[in-house]
Order: sequence, then structure tokens, then C-alpha cells
Amino acid sequence: MRWLQRLIGARRMAYVFLLPNFVFFGLFVFLPIGINVVFSVTGGTALFPSERPYVGSDQFAYLFDCGSFLDPSTCREDHFWRGVANTAKFVAFQVTAMVLFSLVTALVLNMKIRGRGFFRAVYFFPVLLSPVVVALIWKWILQRDGLLNAAITTLGGQKILFFVDPGWAMFWAVFVSVWAHMGFYTLILLAGLQAIPADLYEAAEMDATPRWRVLTRITLPLLWPNMIVVIVLALIKGAQTFDEVFVLTGGGPGTATLMVVQYIYETGFASQVQNFGLAAAASVVLGAVLFVLTLLQFAAARRKEI
Amino acid sequence: MRLGILLGQRRNGRGRPLHWTDVAAYAYLALGVVLMFGPVLWLVLSSFKTQSALLEFPPSFLPFAQVEVTVPGQPQKLPLFRTTLPDGTVRELAQVRRVGLIAQMVDPADPSKQFRVAIDKREPVRRVALATENYTEPLQRFAFLRFLFNSVFVTVVATLITLLINSMAAYALAIYTFPGKQAATLAVIGTLMIPMTIILVPVYLVVTEFGLANSLWAVILPGAATPTGVFLLRQYMLTLPKDLIEAARMDKASEWQIYWRIVMPLTLPALAVLAIFSIMWRWNEFLWPLAVLTKTEVYTLQIALNAFQGELQTQWHYLLAMTVVTLAPVALVFVFLQRFITTGIGSTGMK
Repeated sequence: MRWLQRLIGARRMAYVFLLPNFVFFGLFVFLPIGINVVFSVTGGTALFPSERPYVGSDQFAYLFDCGSFLDPSTCREDHFWRGVANTAKFVAFQVTAMVLFSLVTALVLNMKIRGRGFFRAVYFFPVLLSPVVVALIWKWILQRDGLLNAAITTLGGQKILFFVDPGWAMFWAVFVSVWAHMGFYTLILLAGLQAIPADLYEAAEMDATPRWRVLTRITLPLLWPNMIVVIVLALIKGAQTFDEVFVLTGGGPGTATLMVVQYIYETGFASQVQNFGLAAAASVVLGAVLFVLTLLQFAAARRKEI
Repeated sequence: MRLGILLGQRRNGRGRPLHWTDVAAYAYLALGVVLMFGPVLWLVLSSFKTQSALLEFPPSFLPFAQVEVTVPGQPQKLPLFRTTLPDGTVRELAQVRRVGLIAQMVDPADPSKQFRVAIDKREPVRRVALATENYTEPLQRFAFLRFLFNSVFVTVVATLITLLINSMAAYALAIYTFPGKQAATLAVIGTLMIPMTIILVPVYLVVTEFGLANSLWAVILPGAATPTGVFLLRQYMLTLPKDLIEAARMDKASEWQIYWRIVMPLTLPALAVLAIFSIMWRWNEFLWPLAVLTKTEVYTLQIALNAFQGELQTQWHYLLAMTVVTLAPVALVFVFLQRFITTGIGSTGMK
């Protein structure tokens, strides 16, 4: 290394240090982004971009060829729109439940509770599990002869085929996702709660302010910036949901829990005829949505700093 | 009620009355423990059940297995049953065979005595037993060790590469001023926003062009440069005293030596956090390996597990055992590094 430094000078060594990381970024992030755009405006079945005929906006036109955007069955590419509708539904429920449960959990964990470290660990533990493991744990519990159905029949109910009923499949997709990730968001909120100055609470205690008033007038307003971060992060991650739901339900029953990312994966990889162009076009659409959400995130993060 | 008083006394040494919210909080946390740990515990318990015990409904809590005894004069071990005889006495008998609704039983202590018992008059004698064959059989029947090795290899090599190249980039961005520094920082921020999911297809093309498809390197390399890692390390390196580096330069240390001998050792806490995260990401990674690995011999554990859950729907005993093996390393890391992990995530906000 010393000869190199002698050759280019100590200050330019910065580029040498940057190089390996940027070679990787270049090859596996920047170059693919470029190729993705090329893919989305070319057709055919060839993988190599120069062998693909230019088709302009055809892929996007095909994706957006819809009688009514609210009814996926009127669309040429109905699976894409089912994926969009399912993802939207999933995100709406998931983010709501996530914010609610992580907020309550963070508030409880912020109380003067014995064994707080232990309880914090309890809620955080599932965050570390892989999506496949998470999905298999719940698949095992929710199967026809599983633990939950055993509980239901013991209480005198009928067995429910959770993954045959579209409504239940979506419910469990949301539930499992919240179960697996709420610890992460709880931690963010907990950090926010602990940053609230203690003297505010002391003053409230001096005035004998009722607890719910302390909650609505002090805690929640001061926690709001963290809440926004949680909401936006959950939105971004929710829109990218794939693995847990894919392993849990396979997108089924039918297409009831098919997500956009699963559509991209199946169109580009898993189907007999791999349609790279269409998958790339769909990912450009998803990328645009995520980009908007990320801008929101940065705006929220900046507000938090002020 | 007693519990409430107990907790109240513990909590409020000065005798502040117990508020109902305290009780509600502990109830919520207790429910949380059941709901968050319960499913994992259930998985682990279930993974030790025999195939027949898994089919039982309603399922028993602990893994039980029927007791088998060796009876003189019988070629195989016989299952033991608690039998109600016609005269009302209850005895433990071994079943020789079963014909229709009648079982032919024998007293293990006195094999000359034979009984004919209706099958609803007998109940299997069971005791807690761990069906460890759920774990040992997949080793022989599937290339389970292969998948385990693949996962460990990917995790270890990828984490080492990530630590090295991320810390080098972080060092450049933290210590030097150079033309293009702004652009480089922006580029790193930019990549933060791009999840693998939306560039799946072109990354696949790049990897294929390099001839890496269906090799473990195809999983290792694309995610090696992580923007979060660069940031985390850079923030930490910014806090290091500049004098130290100046002093080293005075002593004619080369830039590489300063990085490797001085800055890296001082950055160890941040490197450890990144290492834990990288291990977690890599061990759990699913979508990308699923897309790029199509040959069974290069499957990682996660992919193998997913493939098996399609094929082995009826063989939950293997599937559950493999799931436990897949989550075990993460659980172990968690037990030892829990405090470290949660504060690491809390302060950096990354996952």
C-alpha cells in the first residue's frame, strides 16, 4: 500500500479507500438501476439489453391497460392490480395495527416496571427471526389441526380453515407481519419517550394532573415526530412486503394475498415465460411509490431534528 | 388481587396507592410474553414430537411418546397400554396384535397370560420423550448439512467483506476532504432508498453476466456494500480524536496503517454492531437467494426450508426440526447480545 501512497499522494488515498465499496455499489446498484430502466422500455424475451427491441412505453401501457383501476378483473394484467390492491389493503391495516400496538407497548415499557429489560427483549425477539421461520411458526399454529383450532374446538367452536378463507388469510398475513416487526417500532417509540424531559412529568405530578391528561397533553404531542418516522418506515417496509406472506399463504387462496413484490418476482423469475420487461416496468412503478415515501421519510427525519 | 398488592408494595416503597393502569400494564405485558414467546416455544416443543404425536388432535403440550417394552418370546418391542379388564381391574399390558376391534394383549411380567381386549378399553401408556430423530434423520435424508454450510459460508464471508469495504469507505468519508466527497456521500444516501426488490431483475442480469448464477458468490456479493454500514461507521469515526491521526502521520505511518492499526481497533464497538446486523441480514435473507439460486446444492437454509415446506407438507416433523435449527443461531446471538442489539437499533434506527 505504501508504494501506492507514494505514487498518488496521501490525500488521494481517500479514493483508494472508497473504491471497493463503490465498485460494489456501481455493479449491483447503479448499473442495475440503469438496466432496469432499459428493461422497462424494451420487449422480447432476451436477457441481454442490446438484444431487446425498443418498445417505448408499451410495457407501462400494458400494465395500466385497465377498464377500471378499482376493479382488477377489468385489467389486462389483472395480477399486477390484484397485487396493488392487496398491498394497499395490507399496508393500510398493517400500519394502523403496527402504530397502535407499538405505541401501547412503548408506553407500557416506559412505565416504572419491574423487569423492563426482559419485557423489552420479549417484544423485540421476533424481529430477529427470518421471514421464513416466522411464517412457518404461524403456519404450524394456524393449520387445520393446529394449536389455535384446538383452542377453538375446546371452547366449543368449529375448526376454521384459515388459509382457505380469503378474509382470514389476509388477517393472518397482517397479524403475523405485526407480530414479527412491532418490536422494532416499539424500540423507536421507546427512544422517543425516553427523550421527553423528566421535569415536564415532575411538574405535572406536582399539579396532580390526571394520567390521561399527561398522556394527551405531554407524551403524545412530544412523541409525534417519532410517530411520523414509525408511520413512514412502516409504509415503506409494508409496500415491500413479500417473504413472510409468500411463505405463509403463497399469495393465496387464489390471489387473495398476492403482493406487488410477489408479482414482480413471479413475472421476472418464477413463471415459465420470464417476462423481464414487464417485471422491470412493475418495479419502476413500485420504485416511484417508494421514492415518494422515502422523501416523506427524509422530511419527517428533518422535522425531528428541529 | 394478591398479585396487585404484591406488585404495588414492591413498586411503591413510599406507599403510593396502586393505580389501575399499573395492573393493566402488567396484564398487558403478561399477555405479551405469551403471545411473543408462546409461538416459538410451541414450535420448539412440537419439533420434538413423533410423527404420530403431531397428528394428534387436540395436540398435547409436551412431546409424548408411547412406551414400548420388550416381552420375552416376542420378536419386537411391543407398545404398552393401560387396560381396563372386564372385571374392572386396570393393568398395564403390551399389545401383541390387533384384529379389528379386538386387541390381543399380553402381560409383560408374565408372558404366558394372554388377554383379548376391546380396543376402546385400552389407553396408551405415554411418557415425555424427545423425538430427536426429527433432527438426526434430515441429516441423512436431505443435504441438510450442505444447506447449513451454505448459510454459514454466506453469512461469514459476506459479513467479513461488508465490514472491510464499508469501514474503508467510512474511513475515507470521515477522515479526508477530497474533491467529490459530497457526491460520494450523496451516492451512499441514494442507495439507502433502493431496496433490492425493485432492482431484482437487472441485478440478476449482472450476476449472470459474471457467470455467478447458482453460486454462493451470487448471494454474497450484491449486498456486500451497505449504505447503512457506511453511515454507522462514518458517524462513529467522526468522534475519534483527530490528533491521534495527525500524530500517526508525524510518525510516518502510511494511510493504510493508520486505517488498519489505529482507526479500525478504535472503531470496534461500531464494527461489532454492524457485524451483528450483517449476520442477521445475511442469515435471514430470502428473496434474493430465492431468485438467484435454483440448484438444490447451493440452497441456503432459508431457501431449503421454503422448498421443503412445499414438498413436505405431510412431514411436519422434519420441517419443524429444520425450522428450529434455522432459528437457533439467531436466538443464541440474541440471548448473549440482547442489550447490545436493542440499544444498537434504538440509537441508529436501522434494521
